[in-house]
Amino acid sequence: MAQFPERPSAWGGLATLLDTPQKRYAAIAVILVAMAVAPYIFGSYGTVILTNALLYVLLALGLNIVVGYAGLLDLGFAAFFAVGAYTVGITTLHFGLNFWLALPLAVLLAIVAGIVIGAPTLRLRSDYLAIVTLGFGEIVRITARNLRETGGASGLIGIDSPWLFGWHIRTPLDFYYVFCALAILGVIASVRLANSRLGRAWLYVRHDEDAAEAMGINRVKVKLAAYVVGAIYGSIGGAFFAANLGAISPESFSFRQSVLILMAVILGGMGKIPGVILGAFIVILAPELLRDFGDLRLLIFAVGLLLIMLFRPSGIWPARSKR
Amino acid sequence: MSLLDLKGVSLSFAGSKVLDAVDFSVPAGRIVSLIGPNGAGKTSLFNCITGFYKPQQGSIRLDGTEMLKLKPHQVTQLGIARTFQNVRLFREMTVLENVMSGQHSRTRAGVIDAILRLPSQRREEVEIRRIAEECLSFVGITEGWEREATTLPYGWQRRVEIARALATTPRLLLLDEPAAGLTSGEKEELIELIRRIRNERDICILLIEHDTGLVMRLSERVSVLDHGVMIAEGTPKEIQSNQRVIEAYLGVEEDALDL
Repeated sequence: MAQFPERPSAWGGLATLLDTPQKRYAAIAVILVAMAVAPYIFGSYGTVILTNALLYVLLALGLNIVVGYAGLLDLGFAAFFAVGAYTVGITTLHFGLNFWLALPLAVLLAIVAGIVIGAPTLRLRSDYLAIVTLGFGEIVRITARNLRETGGASGLIGIDSPWLFGWHIRTPLDFYYVFCALAILGVIASVRLANSRLGRAWLYVRHDEDAAEAMGINRVKVKLAAYVVGAIYGSIGGAFFAANLGAISPESFSFRQSVLILMAVILGGMGKIPGVILGAFIVILAPELLRDFGDLRLLIFAVGLLLIMLFRPSGIWPARSKR
Repeated sequence: MSLLDLKGVSLSFAGSKVLDAVDFSVPAGRIVSLIGPNGAGKTSLFNCITGFYKPQQGSIRLDGTEMLKLKPHQVTQLGIARTFQNVRLFREMTVLENVMSGQHSRTRAGVIDAILRLPSQRREEVEIRRIAEECLSFVGITEGWEREATTLPYGWQRRVEIARALATTPRLLLLDEPAAGLTSGEKEELIELIRRIRNERDICILLIEHDTGLVMRLSERVSVLDHGVMIAEGTPKEIQSNQRVIEAYLGVEEDALDL
């Protein structure tokens, strides 16, 4: 059966490359060590950039569940990011809530927002979702800009950094490790979801809605699950983003932000976890690496993106391992 | 006692009548065929039964339960499975994963179960896999389970689709032209398979088919649909000698002139 192509998996061909447990453990060990020592190699500025990249890994993994797994085009993902950030900001500043109590509240609000937006629109064919989420993203940002509670255009400042079992998570290095942990948890959850009943259902619905329904799959429910899981990723990312910076403003949650996250997902390769991670790093690191080019940086970045989409339309990460 | 009962089912699209007060039933434990000329409304009737189309009038009952208002996935949950006229396997997924889709509505693990890999979720996954493997073996596909389903030879894809439908543990199986595009050897195997599905799994069969030879050999009852109207119902022998059926297939010369 060797002549038949291997099915593309969430690991995007890594499973065939790392076919024995020893190889897998070795790869995991190398990655963990690299993550642990990276701040000491790249210095304090590098650490901040890497932390940002890891935040985008988390956000892109969340959006990947919506776009990559379930095939729903979400143009307002930053809204859930904002819900997470503002919930933590408002509840810790105005109500003196502990970060660890604010976090589940942020997740809960994101779930509610996900259901409110998703339940009516996911009944329609997918194009409508793109428009509704685009609108939702803007509504959240404009609301945040105009309410007193959210601090208006200047946003919120002085958000406390959290404590964890006597460890005050405060320095950039602390946050770097927190985001490392979040990214790892995000990957584990993504992989487990992909290899589950629900993960398969997302693929069934994405490939053929009618056939999926004929197999007894409630397409609205399954899509809503993907949308809400994505929202949870977004809100967790937002909550830690707020705690990390200590300040948030509406402009952090603009349409540009949604596009950037979507770009990370599509660039690396939708539905493939290593691809999504790669995409997130490129989206954050490329502009940094191109800093020397000054004003030309965005132009070079844009041309690079166009070339990638032209020559690798399904993302940078190879769809199938070539053996 | 009939398992499936349709009464006065009428369906029209933008004013044109596709089904006109169709009465139809599938007796429990039988292999029933639905035949008719092209465009008679056979697939539309299938789509009404499985909830894809919403008839404007009538009643569709499975074992007494009204299904007219149900969505396709709810119909499947009640116990009706179907295949499609053009094979519709899920692309980029393995044969086994395709068949595993059938158990979706019979299982319940959600997001949290999957992320935490709860023991109940793992047990369920094992069970889903076991049922899928059993269904594949039943239709005679004992290898190549990890292959991408759409890379299989056509005849195999048809059987995978039947296995996928069986995996929903149905009481009634709807087959839309299952013999289309099969070789004569494969058709023999199909007849054998359909009989085994009924005899060994106790699943009622309703099929749409154009191969009249196959229909006459396999069916215990035949219904004939023409221009959205059910014109005859009976044993294969009765249908073969029914004047209206012959007219529907061959046309009526005198009447045609009168138009």
